[in-house]
Amino acid sequence: MSYFSDAWNWLIASQNWHGSNGIPIRLAQHLEYTGLALIIALVIAIPAGLAMGHLRRGGFAVVTIANFGRALPTLGLLVLIFVLTSGSILSWLIPLVALAIPPMLVNTYEGVLGVDRELTDAARGMGMTEWQILRKAEIPVALPLILLGVRTSAIQVVATATIAAYIGLGGLGRYIIDGLARDEYNVVAGGAVVIILLALAVQGLFTLLRRVIVPAGLRGQAQNS
Amino acid sequence: MSWAWQNRDQIGHLLASHLYLALLPVLFGIVVAVPVGIMCVRWRWTWPPILSLTSIFYAMPSLALYLVLIAYTGLTDWTVIIPLTLFSLSVLIPNVVDGLRSVPPPVKQAAVAMGFGATRRTIQVELPLAVPVIIAGLRVATVSSISLVSVGQLIGIGGLGYLFTDGEQRDFTTEIWVGLILIILLALLFDGLLVLARRWLTPWEARAPRQERRRVVQVALRGANAGVKGGSI
Repeated sequence: MSYFSDAWNWLIASQNWHGSNGIPIRLAQHLEYTGLALIIALVIAIPAGLAMGHLRRGGFAVVTIANFGRALPTLGLLVLIFVLTSGSILSWLIPLVALAIPPMLVNTYEGVLGVDRELTDAARGMGMTEWQILRKAEIPVALPLILLGVRTSAIQVVATATIAAYIGLGGLGRYIIDGLARDEYNVVAGGAVVIILLALAVQGLFTLLRRVIVPAGLRGQAQNS
Repeated sequence: MSWAWQNRDQIGHLLASHLYLALLPVLFGIVVAVPVGIMCVRWRWTWPPILSLTSIFYAMPSLALYLVLIAYTGLTDWTVIIPLTLFSLSVLIPNVVDGLRSVPPPVKQAAVAMGFGATRRTIQVELPLAVPVIIAGLRVATVSSISLVSVGQLIGIGGLGYLFTDGEQRDFTTEIWVGLILIILLALLFDGLLVLARRWLTPWEARAPRQERRRVVQVALRGANAGVKGGSI
């Protein structure tokens, strides 16, 4: 059990909780990168997914983006854009945003597209405008799937931000990349545990979020949360 | 491209090890996921705990898992294969369960009426009808696995991922492009093969109305955690 005792000893050592390489600072950096990338991706992907789902157009494009996003190797994208942009803020922001968009886009699109036709027809029959149909009928019904997409993106970005330490980004990945480079295995072990805990916390947060914002009548859907 | 041709031997070796590291986990995954999925449908109480487990493994960044495993498996192929197997399972088990559950009740009732026992009904009737959803999960697992292997390069076991770190250190963009393009091509190739496999295994699907195929996509999306490139890296 040397792994867990190494990790534990590193985690409880007080010097790892202070200073610019301390866990609180690294965690805050990690959340900052993740949050920024997610917000940008959200602003692009959700409206696009809603519009395409509502208009029932662009299915082929969405599926292609989804497949492509899945096939794209994170590390390759990071180093390529790093070399091409020679280390500006864009070198990590572009890959993180690019990887966060497909899950949100495809789930939002499929969520809205999957709304029962009878429901939207009834809403239309009641005299709702297209905008009202989207806001009052389609979005609430699609919400479980939309949230699932955002969660998938969030988990993805947390993990990718770790790998971005390889091209010099701060955050929790520093422990892993620096620890590996210096053969300090206890640092690597401790860092990996913090990252796993963060990923689980994100997962938990979205489970909680789903309970709070998804209408009670719809919670049976998209059970995988 | 002349660089790629000059180094074709090395690239060939990297390609072979990449495929080995990426596909073995998917193979292990499907072999385990089918019986586990059947069990979860048969004995419903086993499903919630297994679903929780799969969603935990789905969220695990694979880099972190590689690092944890180094302590136990050393720097061997297993350090990459085991986390990717867990990841494949987290995609495949929900798909098998959702696939089996998507079989319409009248079909099951007809099978019972024809004298099929529970086991024979599952294997001969429900499993074939679940194939489209299971293959949808396999596609997600395979494509993700092919792309995730390259992350293993950070601990020195990453197949074509070698071209990324080597290209970065030498500031040589061509090498990175070659790695990127080969991985994407491999992913598309195996994705295409799985689509062909589905057509071959389910000839009746081609005749199904569009609405029905749409339903299969929806079930598969939910089953695969809607995993576009499964969450973890």
